[in-house]
Amino acid sequence: MNLEKVVFGFFIILALTLNFGFVLGEIDNPAHHNVWELFAAIVVNLVATVLKFGDRTQTGALLLATSLVAVLQLLAAALVWGYAINISEAGLNPMMMSSIVSLAAGAVVANVISVVLLIADTVNLRR
Amino acid sequence: MDKVLFLFLRRMRAPLLALIAAYAISVTGLVLIPGVDEQGEPWRMDFFHAFYFVSYMATTIGFGEIPYAFSEAQRMWTSFTIFLSVVAWLYAIGKILSLLQDSTFKLAVSRQAFDRSIRRLRAPFLIVCGYGDTGNLLVHALQQRHKRVVVIERDQDRINDLALSAMDFHVPGLSADASSSRRLQEAGISSPYCEGVVALTDSDEVNLKIAITVKLLNPGLPVICRAQSRDTERNMRSFGTDHVINPFEVFGDRLALAVHSPAHHLLHQWLSSVPGNELPLPVYPPHGRWILCGYGRFGKAAKKSLAGEGVTVTVVEADPEGTGCDDCVRGRGTEADTLQEAGVQSAAGIVAGTNVDSNNLSILMTAHELNPELFMVGRQNRDDNAMLFEAGRADMVMRHSEILAESILSHLVSPLLPQFLLQSRRRDATWANELLSRIGAATDERVPAVWAVELSEKDAPALFERLKREPIALGQLLTFPGQPDKRVPCIPLLVHRSSGSETLLSPPDETPLQGGDRILLAGQPCAIPRLKRVLQHTATLDLLITGVERPQGWVWRRLRRAGT
Repeated sequence: MNLEKVVFGFFIILALTLNFGFVLGEIDNPAHHNVWELFAAIVVNLVATVLKFGDRTQTGALLLATSLVAVLQLLAAALVWGYAINISEAGLNPMMMSSIVSLAAGAVVANVISVVLLIADTVNLRR
Repeated sequence: MDKVLFLFLRRMRAPLLALIAAYAISVTGLVLIPGVDEQGEPWRMDFFHAFYFVSYMATTIGFGEIPYAFSEAQRMWTSFTIFLSVVAWLYAIGKILSLLQDSTFKLAVSRQAFDRSIRRLRAPFLIVCGYGDTGNLLVHALQQRHKRVVVIERDQDRINDLALSAMDFHVPGLSADASSSRRLQEAGISSPYCEGVVALTDSDEVNLKIAITVKLLNPGLPVICRAQSRDTERNMRSFGTDHVINPFEVFGDRLALAVHSPAHHLLHQWLSSVPGNELPLPVYPPHGRWILCGYGRFGKAAKKSLAGEGVTVTVVEADPEGTGCDDCVRGRGTEADTLQEAGVQSAAGIVAGTNVDSNNLSILMTAHELNPELFMVGRQNRDDNAMLFEAGRADMVMRHSEILAESILSHLVSPLLPQFLLQSRRRDATWANELLSRIGAATDERVPAVWAVELSEKDAPALFERLKREPIALGQLLTFPGQPDKRVPCIPLLVHRSSGSETLLSPPDETPLQGGDRILLAGQPCAIPRLKRVLQHTATLDLLITGVERPQGWVWRRLRRAGT
C-alpha cells in the first residue's frame, strides 16, 4: 500500500461524492442544496487538481483536464450563487437555484470521468 | 511537451495545497463565527464576504472590518488567520523564487528557448560546434555573408560571450557537449534547413564523434572537421567526412605559399577574409636560408612546405629526441647563443613557431636585435595576444585561428572557391598580381564579397530562357544599360561549365555563357542583388541587352503593338 496513492484516490473520490451530494435533490428547491456542501466540493476539487499537477503521462494529462473542468464548473456555480444573494434583486429564486445546480451537475460528470480514469489506470497496473 | 510548465507545476504542488488549505480554513471559520450588525442583530458572514475579506487580508493589501465591525470572537479568529494565510503566501512566493534560481529549472528554460529558436529558424543555417577563437571568427564571417548559424559550445562562459556580442541575426547558442547525438539533434542536424556542420572543438575525439553522428543520422549533410592528428584525419575521411582540415598543415601550406608567391598568398587571404575590412598589404618574404624555431606539429608541416619550395631550413628545437628531429640546434631559440649557433646573422628569415606565444615574441625580439634585416614570421596561438604581435614588428603573423577560419570559410562560401584557389596556384605571379589589382579597383581596396551564381532554370530563369535564343557574353551581364563605361563592381573569378566539367580561370568579358554554367565572382556586396535581378527578371535583362525598355503588362504590350 502506498500512502501517496491513498491520499490521491481519497481526494478524487471525495471530490465526486461531495459534488454529487450537493446536486442531489430537487433542482430548483434551495432547501435541498446546502451552501456548505458547495464550498467543501470546491475546496476538495481544488486540492484534487493540484495533486494532479506535474504528471506527464497521457492519463495524467486527461485526469488534470477533467479536474480543471470540474473546478471551472463549480466556480461558475459559486459565482451565480454569490450574484443571486448579493447583487440580484430577485434573490435566490428557483431559476437561479436550478442554474447553480445544473452547473454543479456538469462538474459531477467531469468528476465521474476522473474516477473512471483512476480505476482504469489502477486495473491496468494490476494486469 | 512543455517541460518547463510541468516542472513548474510539479514543484508548486505543495505551496498551492498550503494556500488552498489556509484559505479554506480561514473562510470556514469566518462563516461559522457569529457577528453583530449595526442594529445589534446577530449576523453571519456569507461565503462571498468571507472569501473577499480573506483575499485582501491574506495578501496584506489592506484591512477593514466589513460590512460590519467584527465581534470579539471574529477578531480572535481573524488574528489566527492572518498568521496562517500570510505564512502560506510567504511559503508559496519563496518557493517560486527559489524555483526560478534553481539550476535545473534554468537549464530547462534555456533549453526550451534554444529549441524554440531552432524550430522558428526558417532559413538555411549551419551548425558550428565549438566557439573558441576560430569558431568566433567563423561565426562573425558567416554573419557578414548573411548565413544563419547555430552554435554548440561546452563552456557556458563562451555562450554568454556569444549572447553579448553584436550580431546581425540572432545566433542560438546551446551550452552542451557537442559529442552527444541528442544535443546535435536539438541543434537541428535533421532539420531540412540545415546546410552543414562544422566541428571545431579542441578535441579530436569530440570532432570525430560529431562527424560520425552526422554521417549516420543525416548522411547527405556536409561535415567539415578540424583534426589535429593524421590518424584522426584518416579516420574521418574513411567514412566520408566532406572536408578534414588539419590546422598545422593548412598553416605550413600557407607559409610556403607566402614564401613561394606573395601574390598568391594575398589572393587566398583576400578571397577568404571577412568582407568589408580593409585589404591586407602584400609582403615579400626573401628566398635564402630560414631558421625555424619549434619542431612540433606546426614546425614539421612548415619545414616540409618550405623544403618543397627549395628553401634551406635550420631547425631550432628544445627537445630534439621527443620531436624526432635528427639534425637541429638544441635550444628554445629565446636565447641569443642558440640563435647564433643556428646562424642568425646569415639567415634570410626566421619562423617563431612554438606553441607558446610569449616564447615566440621573445624569439622575434632576440632575433631582431641580432639581425635587423631578418624577415620575421610569428605564429600567434591565442587571439588575446594580437596586440603584442602587432607591436612586435613581425613582418608576417600567422594567426592560428584566422587561417583555420579562412580555410573553412572557403569551403562554406561555395564549392567553387577551393577549386579556384587550387587552380590559381598553377598560374604565375603576374597573373595573380593583375587579378589582385582588378579586384582591388572593383572593391575600393576592401575585402571583396565572394559568391557564386548558377545559370540554371531555377536560379536564373530570365537568362536561361534568353540563352536558348541568342548567345550572351559574360561581360554583357556586368554592365549598366545606357552606360557602357560603368561596370557592376565585381570580377568574375571562375566559370565552371556543367558540360564536360571545363573550368575557365579569370574569364574574359567575351566568354560566351551556356545554360547550367556556374560563375564565381568577387566584388562589392552591392553587386550581389544587382546580378540577381539581371538573372531573374526578364525586363531587367531585356533592358540590359537591347537598351530598350519593353512594356511588361498585357495592356501596354497591346497598345505598343498597335502603335507600331
